Amino acid sequence: MVVSLMQGNEAISWGALAAGCRFFAGYPITPSTEIAEMLARELPKVGGTFIQMEDEIASMAAIIGASIGGLKSMTATSGPGFSLMQENIGYAAMTEVPCVVVNVQRLGPSTGLATAAAQGDVMQTRWGTHGDHPIIVLSPTSVTQSFELTIRAFNLSERYRTPVILLTEGIIGHMREPIDLPDFDALEIVERVITDTPDHYVPFSNDLGDVPPLASFGQGYRYHITGLFHDPMGFPTQRLDEIDPWLERVHHKLDRHLDEIVMVEEDLQDDARIAIIAYGVSARGARHALKLARSQGYKVSMLTLLTIWPFPEAQVEELGDQVDRVIVPEMNLGQLALEVERMVGRKKVARVNRANGEMVTPQMILDVIES
Amino acid sequence: MNIPFVDRIEIRLVGKGGQGMILAGMILAEAATIYDFKNAVQTQTYGPEARGGASKSEVVISSGEIDYPEVINADVLVVMSQEACDKYALSMKADSLSILDDENIDCLPITPFVRAPITRLALETTGKTLAANIVALGVLVGLTGAVSRQAIEKAVLARAPEGTKEMNRQALLKGFEVAEHLNEPI
Repeated sequence: MVVSLMQGNEAISWGALAAGCRFFAGYPITPSTEIAEMLARELPKVGGTFIQMEDEIASMAAIIGASIGGLKSMTATSGPGFSLMQENIGYAAMTEVPCVVVNVQRLGPSTGLATAAAQGDVMQTRWGTHGDHPIIVLSPTSVTQSFELTIRAFNLSERYRTPVILLTEGIIGHMREPIDLPDFDALEIVERVITDTPDHYVPFSNDLGDVPPLASFGQGYRYHITGLFHDPMGFPTQRLDEIDPWLERVHHKLDRHLDEIVMVEEDLQDDARIAIIAYGVSARGARHALKLARSQGYKVSMLTLLTIWPFPEAQVEELGDQVDRVIVPEMNLGQLALEVERMVGRKKVARVNRANGEMVTPQMILDVIES
Repeated sequence: MNIPFVDRIEIRLVGKGGQGMILAGMILAEAATIYDFKNAVQTQTYGPEARGGASKSEVVISSGEIDYPEVINADVLVVMSQEACDKYALSMKADSLSILDDENIDCLPITPFVRAPITRLALETTGKTLAANIVALGVLVGLTGAVSRQAIEKAVLARAPEGTKEMNRQALLKGFEVAEHLNEPI
């Protein structure tokens, strides 16, 4: 039963509310603005806070502060704003503060084309901030997944004390599809749990597993937070025996838990010699092409990546071993294809690229299947 | 072998920013999904201008899954301005139908079309050119049956603000009426 026809950006906003987001700071920018508009209206109704900041640097800083203060927090932006957020995304990774950053991609570089979509920020989400840092990036292919992956983004963010980026683009952000929103109370939501008393709390302990619990400020827990390398209590350190264990732990946080973090959708065909690996809106054109190709007798498998960072290395490598050719459609000049090439070998990969604001069409993919 | 996408209907609505083409697409998609219980996806493209420029709204309707969300080759095109006609009257099926707002278009497409004075009829029927998008929806549904008349009427009324429901209903009915009397496509 269809409940409503909803935009991707609206679904993200509902997903945030369902996940328990109670703080949003942002600066409006096409094609992400509907998220700010909707949360400005809805957050006060549930006791939350919406702030329009002076820019995206401040927006990112504000959501980090709110999260340390105990609220699940989010911002939403697009290309130029996402560039401004990079420094503080690194700060959130370094200080292990959960937060969700939505990037509704538009055509870049620079101001680019405000109302044209793209998938040009794939590498920026991974390496946009300096230094080796852990990051999780999720990418929805539909309005319903925009809702589901936003909740997932908050849950992973809290579970692993890390910033999570929800990477969508202007087409799905502005696209309307039928969605049946679930009962919010029935959803599985991850909340912070702190068992230590303030006297015994060690905010950056390397001895409590990969993810030490996060205590919110204002609850009697006193500790230091800095973007400098820090010791287990959060104070700056230059000691190698404190830097190395920290680095090891924050990367283990994600790479030891890939089963929980990496999500893919498989549509495999026995004996297929061709595979398509796609993500985001390009997966929609790819699925259309897949059905056309199969109706013409071609055997083709498809892997849709919902988690794009950490890159689903094992799944891509396994599929690559089964086929002769891997087609990677993207609305950029070839970004995720670099990772696919790393896993399956450059010679197997056929890139299908379009970076002018228009979608990769099913025919463009079909032409490669038929070639 | 199964042929996919046989019941996929692709509709493109284009005009100037401010003529309500994106809203018309939303209403059409709501008629298809909420009131006709089909699947539909609506997408939109517009320029950076607040008003003016060319604006495009696309609706794909199917009883099955809709993977590619945009129009590949349009079955139906509604055109409300010359600039939008120049920019978006492309990639049409050979047996497609274009519906042109007569007094706004002077350069005609090469695929089959009908013409009706949509904006003038909106003004005459409701006193406002604002309702031209709803007249256009009436003509579209009347001619193509892309969604049922009951569904489009419910969807229009659900979207119309209080105090404008009767005006919008009249605009829609005028569109249905025009469709009855339009000549065969040229």
